[in-house]
Amino acid sequence: MTWTEYFVVIILVLIFVVIFQIAKASEYVSVLKGEKKTFEQNNRINAFLMLVFLVVGLAAAWWCNKILYKKTLLWLPAASEHGEKIDTMMWITIAITGIVFILTQILLFWFAYKYQASEKRKAHYYPHNNKLELLWTVVPAITLTVLVVFGLYYWYKITGDAPKEAMEVEVTGHQFGWEYRYPGKDGVLGRQYYKLTDAAKGNPLGQDWKDVANHDDLHPSELHLVVDKPVKLIIRSQDVIHDVGLSHFRLKMDAVPGTPTTMWFTPKYTTVKMKELTGNENFVYEISCDQMCGQGHYSMKGTIIVETQEEFDKWISAQKPQYATAHPDAAPAVAATTAPAVADSVKAATNAEPKAEH
Amino acid sequence: MSNEIAVQHGVIPHEVHEHHDVHHHHETFITKYVFSQDHKMIAKQFLITGIIWAIIGGLMSVLFRIQLGYPDVSLPWLEDIFGHWAKDGKIQPEFYYALGTMHGTILVFFVLTAGLSGTFANLLIPYQVGARDMASPFMNMLSYWFFVLASVIIMASLFVQTGPASGGWTVYPPLSALGDASQGSKIGMDLWLVAMAMFVVSQLLGGLNYVSTILNMRTKGMTMTRLPLTVWAILFTALLGILSFPVLFSGFILLLFDRHLGTSFYLSDIVLGGNILPNEGGSPILYQHLFWFLGHPEVYIIILPTMGLVSEVMSINARKPIFGYMAMIASMFAIALLAFLVWAHHMFVTGMNPFLGSVFVLLTLLIAVPSAIKVFNWLTTLWRGNIRFTPGMLFCVGFVSMFISGGLTGIFVGNSTLDMHLHDTYFVIAHFHIVMGVSAFMGMFAGVYHWFPKMYGRYMNNTLGYIHFWVTLVCAYVIFWPMHYEGFAGMPRRYYDYSGWESFKHFVELNRVISFAAILSFLVQLLFVYNFFYSIFKGRKVTSQNPWGANTLEWTTPIRPGHGNWPGEIPEVHRWAYDYGKDGKDFIPQTEPVGKDESTH
Repeated sequence: MTWTEYFVVIILVLIFVVIFQIAKASEYVSVLKGEKKTFEQNNRINAFLMLVFLVVGLAAAWWCNKILYKKTLLWLPAASEHGEKIDTMMWITIAITGIVFILTQILLFWFAYKYQASEKRKAHYYPHNNKLELLWTVVPAITLTVLVVFGLYYWYKITGDAPKEAMEVEVTGHQFGWEYRYPGKDGVLGRQYYKLTDAAKGNPLGQDWKDVANHDDLHPSELHLVVDKPVKLIIRSQDVIHDVGLSHFRLKMDAVPGTPTTMWFTPKYTTVKMKELTGNENFVYEISCDQMCGQGHYSMKGTIIVETQEEFDKWISAQKPQYATAHPDAAPAVAATTAPAVADSVKAATNAEPKAEH
Repeated sequence: MSNEIAVQHGVIPHEVHEHHDVHHHHETFITKYVFSQDHKMIAKQFLITGIIWAIIGGLMSVLFRIQLGYPDVSLPWLEDIFGHWAKDGKIQPEFYYALGTMHGTILVFFVLTAGLSGTFANLLIPYQVGARDMASPFMNMLSYWFFVLASVIIMASLFVQTGPASGGWTVYPPLSALGDASQGSKIGMDLWLVAMAMFVVSQLLGGLNYVSTILNMRTKGMTMTRLPLTVWAILFTALLGILSFPVLFSGFILLLFDRHLGTSFYLSDIVLGGNILPNEGGSPILYQHLFWFLGHPEVYIIILPTMGLVSEVMSINARKPIFGYMAMIASMFAIALLAFLVWAHHMFVTGMNPFLGSVFVLLTLLIAVPSAIKVFNWLTTLWRGNIRFTPGMLFCVGFVSMFISGGLTGIFVGNSTLDMHLHDTYFVIAHFHIVMGVSAFMGMFAGVYHWFPKMYGRYMNNTLGYIHFWVTLVCAYVIFWPMHYEGFAGMPRRYYDYSGWESFKHFVELNRVISFAAILSFLVQLLFVYNFFYSIFKGRKVTSQNPWGANTLEWTTPIRPGHGNWPGEIPEVHRWAYDYGKDGKDFIPQTEPVGKDESTH
């Protein structure tokens, strides 16, 4: 330990001793002054502090909101359509709970202050009142019904089936990173069996090469999505439970080994647009792992790039199928047949769109 | 009787004197202080063991808050103490996660379950129902010693080379099932599971005893509707524990099987670090169901007893009956019942069927109704009272304030739509720390300050109590209020370092403020600890039998009661416990027969 650290410890101990001595002395003083007088004095001080706490506390809450609001996502439009619904629900809930919070806290500390012990007053014997009790059973029940109805309405919208035109992408978590798989030109993700996993032989996701649907599946290192196009994530885990946390889209879904999960949404803003909206030129959509997964949990990050259809087409046509990597012998043949085919099919699918610049 | 001093963990009694005549068997040092079967002594044993655990658990939070608040600072003294766990004076990730996990385990189970229920159930049930001791004093003693056994094992796990469990206090498999997945999932995890199994045994022994004592050993005239709310609260708590702890136990046993016997209850399709495991067909979600079937009632096991304590202490110090006694019981019953039907709200984002999720949303938000009833009843109890701000009463007000704040945020996370955004962020940390951490501590402090004179025949120092309360209240809000904002930013919990994240790295200064407040509030708790132990020996002596002017039976016992509580007959009860301020009388004890011209309500 350094001298400063010793110094801090000594200071702390001294503060302790001083507080304790004052407390002890106040006990002796109370004996001298008389218990009753001391009690009255202390009661007044504590009752007054109740009022101070109420006023200062509410002011502090307002101030805290002022300095922290811009650091949250509350002011920023949600980056997905689902996220907009979640934000609406959030504001409804903030409004209702906010009103209840302020009213009840004011009543609590105001009553505590106002009804401090006094010789002049006697406590009012008031054991129960059925009407009042009914009132504060029914009113919260109705309010909560409103919240439940809104909540479930949005919940079913969000967890309902993905639209047919949704793009499918598989996201697989492992300690401590994310893998992405696109279905390729056939639009079908090939079969997998975890015992086939062999990273050394170019098969980190356990794809079954006997399934031809696997031959054109792509395995890029980044997740690219198309703006305004629904995407359905098929979420898997290879080892422990992870979670695909997408704070800007306001969504989250666990990755559970043995049980694939799904989540769909429609991105609303490209990464470039978000840089504008946030005023942060380093802005990037991040996938955060939100389920404790081991000592590297805090570093388990993925990156999503939301872009226009043209940019996406250009990017995906540059990707090579994993099958080619896993079968270097067959590579010339496969590369010759499959890779261009992917590019072709994507182009064909987006014929109406203006061509990406090459 | 002698001064009663608990003697575990190095607290040595230094004044044992004057044996009065109380009609009971001869006691040796061992039977009186160590293997005691007296409910009062067992209560003190639970309390002091709980305090020791609270210091350890709190210190752990100080350590990981140092990492969160000062991620770049190197503190060589950390390395002096913790060796390679704090290499170069920086808390290492494994250490950080172990600290977080053990902080949760210790505070939830060892302090706020055993320390809280163990203390007040043992102290208050026989006193307040009018019994000489528990139904089975021997089982009661076993309950404490199983708790000690669990404590010793979990303490041992802190010292094994690979460290204690580190996968979070919920120990979700596969992370907790596979030793290769994490350092903390090696021997530390086995010790954790065995300790928790012992803990469950302790809880069941205690719980069965509490229920049978309350139901069978009430004194003459003590009908169920004359019981103080503390006893009702403890009854519901004990029932929750009895019905849900065995489920947790089964979940742990299956986890042990998966760890050591090659079963696949929770394991399927796993490739760990290139290693293909043979297990197929299991589901990690099964564990979560088993865990939360206790895990959720557990939060009510923590908060219900404090609701009882607060109702009692508040009524006494407002010099007014608790408002809506029957509504208070009914709402506790509703909470206890619903507690079993909401567990899956912890699992909205596990891929669970959305329909199932919606059922749990409905049931979860229903719990807000009885909670709201209780809050409004407390507020009405204060209304037109004549309030004495003893330290116990201050903590009651703090409890209600915290319970409101934390309860309202439950409406956010209980709603699956919002949970998708807020799940596992700092919003959740803020929510549960306020509603079951700080609130429960406030309620527990209210109980300790209030019943300390009954436990030790002395008072705690008031001035220290006031300082303790105000600093704790302010710090609690400074620590947890801003965390809601971090949650609104989606900032995930259980992160060792946020500096690598574009989305979350802008909270560095805020984290520093929070850490500072956390350390300050820890130091203030030490003031309480000092006050507690000092007052056991040197506190101002209690000179009147009923210092608070309370109605319940414990205040009809001698100032320092012996084993058996009442020297003569157990008193008979004629009324409920809340006749304060009735017919112009300040208070009317339960033992006083109902007068002819007394008004009825």
